[in-house]
Amino acid sequence: MSVSDMFIALQGVLTADQDIREEIRKVVQALEQTAREILTLLQGVHQGPGFQDIPKKCQKAREHFGTVRTQMESLKTKFPSDQYYRFHEHWRFVLQRLVFLAAFVVYLESETLVTREAVAEILGIEADRERGFHLDIEDYLSGVLTLASELARLAVNSVTAGDYCRPLRISAFINELDSGFRLLNLKNDSLRKRYDGLKYDVKKIEEVVYDLSIRGLAKEAEK
Amino acid sequence: TGLGGFRKRKHDNFPHGQRREEKENVNPSSALMTSFKSFQQELDTRHDKYERLVKLSRDITIESKRTIFLLHRFTSAPNGEEILNESEAKLDAVRRKIKQVAQELVGEDMYQFHRAVSPGLQEYIEAVSFQYFIKTRSLISVEEINKQLIFSVEDREETANMTSNSHDKQAHTWSLKVTPVDYLLGVADLTGELMRLCISSVGNGDIDTPFELSHFLRQIYDGFTFIGNTGPYEVSKKLYTLKQSLAKVENACYTLKVRGSEIPKHMLADVFSTKTELIDQEEGPS
Repeated sequence: MSVSDMFIALQGVLTADQDIREEIRKVVQALEQTAREILTLLQGVHQGPGFQDIPKKCQKAREHFGTVRTQMESLKTKFPSDQYYRFHEHWRFVLQRLVFLAAFVVYLESETLVTREAVAEILGIEADRERGFHLDIEDYLSGVLTLASELARLAVNSVTAGDYCRPLRISAFINELDSGFRLLNLKNDSLRKRYDGLKYDVKKIEEVVYDLSIRGLAKEAEK
Repeated sequence: TGLGGFRKRKHDNFPHGQRREEKENVNPSSALMTSFKSFQQELDTRHDKYERLVKLSRDITIESKRTIFLLHRFTSAPNGEEILNESEAKLDAVRRKIKQVAQELVGEDMYQFHRAVSPGLQEYIEAVSFQYFIKTRSLISVEEINKQLIFSVEDREETANMTSNSHDKQAHTWSLKVTPVDYLLGVADLTGELMRLCISSVGNGDIDTPFELSHFLRQIYDGFTFIGNTGPYEVSKKLYTLKQSLAKVENACYTLKVRGSEIPKHMLADVFSTKTELIDQEEGPS
């Protein structure tokens, strides 16, 4: 095989690769759009009247996750299933965002941390690598860390809206989450950087709880 | 930055003393904590594997570099055959390392750990293609490289080291495929070695090799320009260095042609050493 033949063959391979990436990018754009819609929907809970119809908002968000599942289904068909990590970078960001949104919905509904399996189910993907398009553990954890900062914000806003009870529950939840993350030996990567932000969320929520308790508002709420 | 990170961590451990007590409230056997414990295990396993692969990759890089140095001695030494044999033995050693990489990657998605092994593989490709060029004066293909990276169990010793798990699963063969991009980057590095070979062969009074090399390098350069920016960024970045290497070789050939008839052969080396110095200086500030 001559040198130029070799390079022609390689160029063919690279072009095919580029086509795949292009296809993936298109679907990821659609996913980003859906994720933005869900986020806008859920942002409503930070405003006064939003606290009343949290269940309704969650219901609506869950309907949007149906769209996510069909989009995921089409993403899966865009590349060979055994090359997940080859194209991982393309959907990594949006997947983390979707994990956060799913975790937020589940938290608002039941005040628990969504499990990895449950998120995978909501998004219509697998939890295990063996079974196909899956949710990478680091992406799951990143999404959960985004949830922590969102909850810090929710704690502040629920006080403004006159709900003095919620910050205490959020505080307990975040503390447990913090202990969970302490168990992990993180490398010096992006996940570790995001984890380093968790302590500020913890601190913020503790301040809210402190403000409530020195004013006796926390006890009042418990009655 | 490592020191900074350490200091920062140490620092934020202090004010936590107070919160620690509060932490006792967290039930260590709650659902959340149990799942995080399993996450810990999963992440640790993954990081350990990554570290092992990085180490293997480093070893592969070092041994490949040594092979390349050895091959550079080929032209000057009278015992060419011996050096080729020695390089073959060295490359076999490198391939044994690659076999270990392949064993680590059994059942894994190769691309998940690609960043760990890629530098070593590129260096290996450089070494193996350099040797192939010296032997056959042509470019080794990806298929040829991959063919040499199919391993089977040879000696009992290694079988014993294997975990029983992978022993059952695999039919005693492992293989590793270099990616087209790794191959391209390795070949781009090869051109740098060929340029060195060209200059040093002039030093040995070898007048034919430079012309052969300039022809070969031009073919590779044409190939890379054909690919252009279809490939990833790293490939187009190498194109610039490749152009410089080609220019050096072409200039060498030019000088040989123009002045070769005037200058006695034993002085050619001097002409080139000044010539290459000049080029190196021009590159200096960039």
